[in-house]
Amino acid sequence: MHEFRVQVGPAAFRIGSAWRAPIDQLAHLYRDYPQPDFTDFTVRLEPTTWLRRWLRPSVAIGGDYMLPDAAPLPLAQGLLAAEMAMNLQMALGWRRHLLLHASAVERDGRVLVMTGQSGSGKSTLSALLGSEGWRFLGDEFVLLDPVTGNVVPFPRLISLKNEAIAAMQSAQPDARFGPLLAGTPKGDIRHVVPPADAIAQMGQGGAPALLLFPRYGYPGAVREVAPGETFMRLTQASTNYVALGEAGFITLTRFVKSVPSRAIDYQSGDEAIALVEKLWERLA
Amino acid sequence: MADPKTLYQAEPADARIVEPLDMMTLIYQRRSGITHMVGEPVPQMLEAMGEDAVDAATLAARLAVSFDLGGQDDAVTLITERLEELAELGLVERVTDA
Repeated sequence: MHEFRVQVGPAAFRIGSAWRAPIDQLAHLYRDYPQPDFTDFTVRLEPTTWLRRWLRPSVAIGGDYMLPDAAPLPLAQGLLAAEMAMNLQMALGWRRHLLLHASAVERDGRVLVMTGQSGSGKSTLSALLGSEGWRFLGDEFVLLDPVTGNVVPFPRLISLKNEAIAAMQSAQPDARFGPLLAGTPKGDIRHVVPPADAIAQMGQGGAPALLLFPRYGYPGAVREVAPGETFMRLTQASTNYVALGEAGFITLTRFVKSVPSRAIDYQSGDEAIALVEKLWERLA
Repeated sequence: MADPKTLYQAEPADARIVEPLDMMTLIYQRRSGITHMVGEPVPQMLEAMGEDAVDAATLAARLAVSFDLGGQDDAVTLITERLEELAELGLVERVTDA
């Protein structure tokens, strides 16, 4: 078994793999991250059967927390399998923070949170803002501290999909990209390492100041979202709201009552960034 | 329809956390860990009940002090319906041995 350890924000992972290649890719992409002695979660990439280690290798995801019906991936997508498995551990196992399926960026100690369905552009927007003077905090999970209410950074590799790959390559040509993973269940995927400041300052969070629900592919528009609707949508976007019980309720109601919330529609990255800047200046 | 003489009792106020948000009120029930999203007049009903065992007419009379509930008969019907819903949700109990 080949092994790699990585600390991302407050969570420490150990990834074991029957093959060397995915571990080498992880070690290359996460080389600027701390490597912890103790880990919160273990993830395993294993052959679906012993023969599949060599013959049309096929990766099954294992670990502390598993979905029984997760489909195996071809070995060429081993990096994706590792990233998915790490997400799964957080989604099912993390209890120290309220988890929202959302992205976040920070400026002047205050945090912009963006949430929406897959394809809304929240991940791409956080990556683009990360190269426009904001600090990238994460594109998959936003962690809310139940004690302080602050957003705790979780700056994993940024997962770019389809058109977002080219957009990011032109915005940040010098960034470190992973291999192009073509034909995954979510289309083409390419990972990119977050900017250096995102990794160096990943222990430092900030108070949430604005919540956006972006939606890509519609004519530019801004709509105010009432706290009741925001609360409902965020309980759906949280993977551990129910598991956290009273702490989850208190953390989420505090967030909803203190953070202004808007839905934004946009058709291009430039349009979205201009909208974000305008709303940030007015509301945050 | 439920017997209008049925007595209902709410859990003590510290058994739940009530958070009003714009059009709705969130009620987190500590015992079950369930978050209820409710509208008027549910939060007002729970507050007016306190910890007493009350029937719908008594509760309607208490609420009439601060709300316009229409005619007395309509109010009792409305309050009975809401109390039955709250009993199904577990936010109030039907008192059977009173």
